[in-house]
Amino acid sequence: MSETEILQLLESVHDPEIPSLTIEDLGVLRSARVSGDTVEVVITPTYSGCPAMDVIEADIKKCLTSNGFGNVLVTTRLAPAWTTEWLTEKGREILKKSGIAPPSRCGNVNFPENRIIECPMCDSKSVELLSQFGTTACKALYRCQTCLEPFDYFKCH
Amino acid sequence: MNKHFQYVLRMGDNALILGQRMSEWCGHSPFLEEDIAMANCALDHVGRARMLLTHAGTLEDKRRTEDDLAFLRDEREFFNFLICELPIGDYAFTLMRQYLVDAYHFHLYSRLQTSSDGVLAAIAAKAIKETTYHVRRSGDWIIKLGDGSDESHRRMQDALDEVWGYTGELFAADEVDDFASSKGIGPDPHALRLDWERDVFDKLRAATLRIPEEIWPISGGRQGVHTEAMGALLAEMQFLQRSYPGLNW
Repeated sequence: MSETEILQLLESVHDPEIPSLTIEDLGVLRSARVSGDTVEVVITPTYSGCPAMDVIEADIKKCLTSNGFGNVLVTTRLAPAWTTEWLTEKGREILKKSGIAPPSRCGNVNFPENRIIECPMCDSKSVELLSQFGTTACKALYRCQTCLEPFDYFKCH
Repeated sequence: MNKHFQYVLRMGDNALILGQRMSEWCGHSPFLEEDIAMANCALDHVGRARMLLTHAGTLEDKRRTEDDLAFLRDEREFFNFLICELPIGDYAFTLMRQYLVDAYHFHLYSRLQTSSDGVLAAIAAKAIKETTYHVRRSGDWIIKLGDGSDESHRRMQDALDEVWGYTGELFAADEVDDFASSKGIGPDPHALRLDWERDVFDKLRAATLRIPEEIWPISGGRQGVHTEAMGALLAEMQFLQRSYPGLNW
């Protein structure tokens, strides 16, 4: 089985914290390689303490063993570090549809985010920060000043 | 003890012990958003501790795992800075300690990104982004509360006066630091101190806080000599593995 076919199988593995995203959309899934009856899947953690990583590893193993692989090796690769730049276009759209503003594209945590974040509900750029840390470590809590809805913003990382 | 192991172990201990302290606020912070923020930052520290302790384990012959190092060492075998283990106190004390350590971590992890130890550099590349968010948040609180009401100002000043004597230890170089900087593994603590002081002094002045003039440096953590608070912290953190060895989640 080729890497492409394995990656297709792994499209059924989702991020347990944002279940509408697959691990490919999220950019966590880096590569897959087969040798004999062993398949090695490489993942890169989003955050140092991301509790989803253990679940993702277990889900990858479950997915591939149920597709006939005897040995599934999941390797965690730290470098290069995961960045929100790795979110796919599809992933960004799914985030927005789920009411989460996708991260700014600057790749820089020091960017003045207030100026470019759009409300995922009404697209207004008039938003205010409520808390730098939202429902998970990867999100901040904002409020739209136009439609007044609070929303999560997926922080630039 | 192997100096490379010890250098990484100390960093892992700082992350673990501070993360443990921060997590004590989970469910008890002054309001919901702050509770979530504090728990998220604690998670970053514990996550960082896992990577650092795992890496440390590969640098010694005993081949201890992250869990062995976190749960099966005694007090004298922990080498964190004393400032990390101090009890949480009131929220002013928690935030003051947090800001001073976040500012230290910001400059530490910035420099560690170019460490000659590739694993440490990779951990730092991740940690620096998290720490940028941490120090922005804790720094905002220093200004808001320092330059806030009479009571918030008084509490922040009391916290600063109480914790200041513990900050000297962050920059005290010994043979382990000398080894790390000579091998390009870690930065020179003196250079780190200059960057830290510049940021911290600016922030404290902007918060209308008085920088304590005389400090009575309190140290010992890096020699394994701790404050009386450490034993109770470890008892709580380790009791499950100590009572039921090898228990799995």
